Parts: sequence; structure tokens; C-alpha cells
Amino acid sequence: MEHLELFLKSIFIDNMVFATFLGMCSYLAVSKKVNTAVGLGAAVIFVLAITVPLNWLLDQYLLQPGALAWLGAEYADYDLSFLSFIMFIATIATMVQLVEIVVEKFSPSLYNSLGIFLPLIAVNCAILGGSLFMQSREIPSLGLATVYGVGSGIGWFLAILAIAAIREKIRYSNVPPALRGLGITFIITGLMAIGFMSFGGMLTGGDEETPKEEKTVKVDSKVKKEDKVLANNIKNNE
Amino acid sequence: MGLLSKKDTKLITDPLADNNPITIQVLGICSALAITAQLKASIVMAVSVMAVLAIGNVVISLMRNIIPSKIRIIVQLVVVAALVIIVDQVLKAYSYELSKTLSVFVGLIITNCIIMGRFEAFALANGPWRSFLDGIGNAAGYGLILIIVGFFRELLGSGTLLGFKVLGDPIEKTGLYAIGYENNGFMLLSPMALIVVGIIIWVQRSRNNALIEDH
Repeated sequence: MEHLELFLKSIFIDNMVFATFLGMCSYLAVSKKVNTAVGLGAAVIFVLAITVPLNWLLDQYLLQPGALAWLGAEYADYDLSFLSFIMFIATIATMVQLVEIVVEKFSPSLYNSLGIFLPLIAVNCAILGGSLFMQSREIPSLGLATVYGVGSGIGWFLAILAIAAIREKIRYSNVPPALRGLGITFIITGLMAIGFMSFGGMLTGGDEETPKEEKTVKVDSKVKKEDKVLANNIKNNE
Repeated sequence: MGLLSKKDTKLITDPLADNNPITIQVLGICSALAITAQLKASIVMAVSVMAVLAIGNVVISLMRNIIPSKIRIIVQLVVVAALVIIVDQVLKAYSYELSKTLSVFVGLIITNCIIMGRFEAFALANGPWRSFLDGIGNAAGYGLILIIVGFFRELLGSGTLLGFKVLGDPIEKTGLYAIGYENNGFMLLSPMALIVVGIIIWVQRSRNNALIEDH
């Protein structure tokens, strides 16, 4: 049940594109045709599904404060969390390289149509964002981390598919010249984001706390923890 | 000739308008949208990106002849990640409240496409001084949009600028609120950022017809 809830939540409520605006660059640049959008979306799902659980393991057993306890008691106070950006991005860059090799081998046409955007998945903020949110929201288990990765990938896929379909149709509409292309895409995305906000009450029935508040509460608790660590550090220094 | 030749000045002024990273090159949109609900956060983000981009551009430009082209993306990522870690630690040390507001978005400077885009398009082919100017210029263009969006969202959404109540007090009904103005809370929600940027693009392209796209 917990897994299903997180899955639905990561697709609809915390949708990567509409709620947190991650991966907007490739979302805007590759959404002119449905075919390429589907290809890129599938690649993003794949990379997210692999990197989020991998980074969860890294975070859990290497980076978190106290994560090195398995090495022995003297390592228990180590806090390597400042290294998480560089570790996460290294995992992601490796995985993207792998996906690139696989796609080039099995579907050269897709490889050509994605062009520069395939290696750029490495710098797609949705991918790093997935790992960073996984870390800041303290997802408790490997299974949940996988579900979160797949779910946010599907959410991103859904968003790029929808905007690509709309952009294919809007070509025949009479949009004011200055708004054509990028401008209207921004505004449509904004309207879609407003639409997606209506999913907010989906899992709570609408009368309990909204997920938005829940999110900030979670962030706060994490921050409080950090505050404590910081306060301790300051005391130690004094 | 002064410190900056004409060509060098162009490096800084071009990205401010006609070659703006956000509205024309379509780079670095994510962070531009997500943290602009407050003007202060926008300014801090703009300054952070400027530091990372200018220093990173210089570093990459200095190393451009020794980086093998096959692994250049990884080299670039490592350089950016190192710089971002420094920025993140500095923010945590000197402005902890703000680093909480920015949450994961400081980390996401690593994947900000402006940075990779400028490394690829400029720093790998130009000398350090010109790369530095290019970094400053592009970050300024990015920051400009961020500040415009942040300005309107904070002003219309909460009636404040940088935390100062410029439109009067909404509870005691002073200033504009006395004549029945209400804060438009919708401006603080994320979708409005997209629409504000859409309107900026609209205004910009109406003023300069050369920028209009086909579809």
C-alpha cells in the first residue's frame, strides 16, 4: 500500500515537470514531435529507475551522517554528505553512458533522432533531482526508492508526451506570432501545471493535510536534524 | 582602448537581451522557475550561478587543450560539482535560512544546462579572459530573468519586496489594501512562474521580430 501510494504520488502529485519544474530544458527542446518525446521519456524512466536506487544505497551506506558505521565504531561519526553531489552525478554520468551504448546498438534511428539530448540526460535536472529529493525526503527503503525512481520517470514521460501531442496540434492554430514556439509552450505548461494541482487531494481525500504541507513538514524535520548537527558542530568548535 | 574591447563588451551585453540564455537559448529553465517566489532567493541563486559559471568557464578554458574530448562531459561535471559544493557550503555557513529555502536547487546548479551549454559552446574554444566575460554575461542574462520573475511574483503574490511591505499592511489595511487590493496568492504557486516567463518571452519577441519562431 505504501509503495502504491508513493508511486501514484510521484507520478501525479509531485510530478517532476509540473510540481518541481525539473528537466524543463529537454522537456522544451525535444517536445516538438511525439516520436522523439517518447524515446527520450523512455530513456529518462530507465535512467531514473536505475540511478535512484543506486544512489539510495550510496547515501545509506557511504554518505549519510553515521552511514559508515558498518566499517567499525571509529567511523561512526563521519559525515560525508557534502560529497553527495559529486557521488550522485558520477553514478548518473556512468548510467547515461551505458544507456547511450545500449540505444546506439539496438535502435540507431532513435539514437540519431535524440542526437545531443541523449548524453545531455546526464545533465537533465530531473535525474539528479530525483536522487536529491530521494535524499532530502528520507525515503526509508530500497524498494520505495525504486518505486520513487520509476514513478517520477513515468511522471516525466507523461508530461513530455502530453506537451508533444499538444504542440503537434497547435501548429495548425492561429497563435500570436510573438508567442509562437517557446512562449506558448511555457503558457500551456503553466496551465497543465494548474490542472495537475487538482491531483493534490487525490490520496488524502482532500480534507486532511494537503500533500504540499506534508512535504514542507518533512523538509522541516530534516532541517531540524541538520540544525542539531550544526549546533553540535558549533559547540564542539567552541 | 579600455579594459574591454568592443568584442569583449558584446560578450557581456548580448546574453542580456537578444541571446538570453533562458528566453532564447532555452537553457537553465528549471531553477529559474522553481525558486522565484521570493526576490531574495532569486538574487542569491543568480549570484551563485554567476560564481559557478564564471569560475567554471575559466577552469575549463585553462584545461581545454588537455581534456580528451571523449570524457569531457565527465570532466566538466566534476569541475561544476566541486564548485557547487563550495557554493553550497558557503551558503550553509553564512545564510542558513536561505539555503533551506533553496533546498535541492543549489545542488541542481550542477545540472543547470546553462553551465554545460557555455562550457561546450564557449569555454572549450576560447581563452580564459573571454570565457570569464562570457560566463559573467550569460549568468547576468539568467539572473536578469530570475530577478524580473521574482520581482513580479513576490510583489503581486505577497505584496512585499525582499521582505519589506511595499504595498502596505494586508492585516491593518494600510496603503493599497485600504482601497480593496488583495494579494494574489496564486502568484506564489509554481504554475504562475511558467506563465510569467511565457509573458516575458511574449514581450521580448514582440519588441524584436527577428526572434519569432515558426511554430
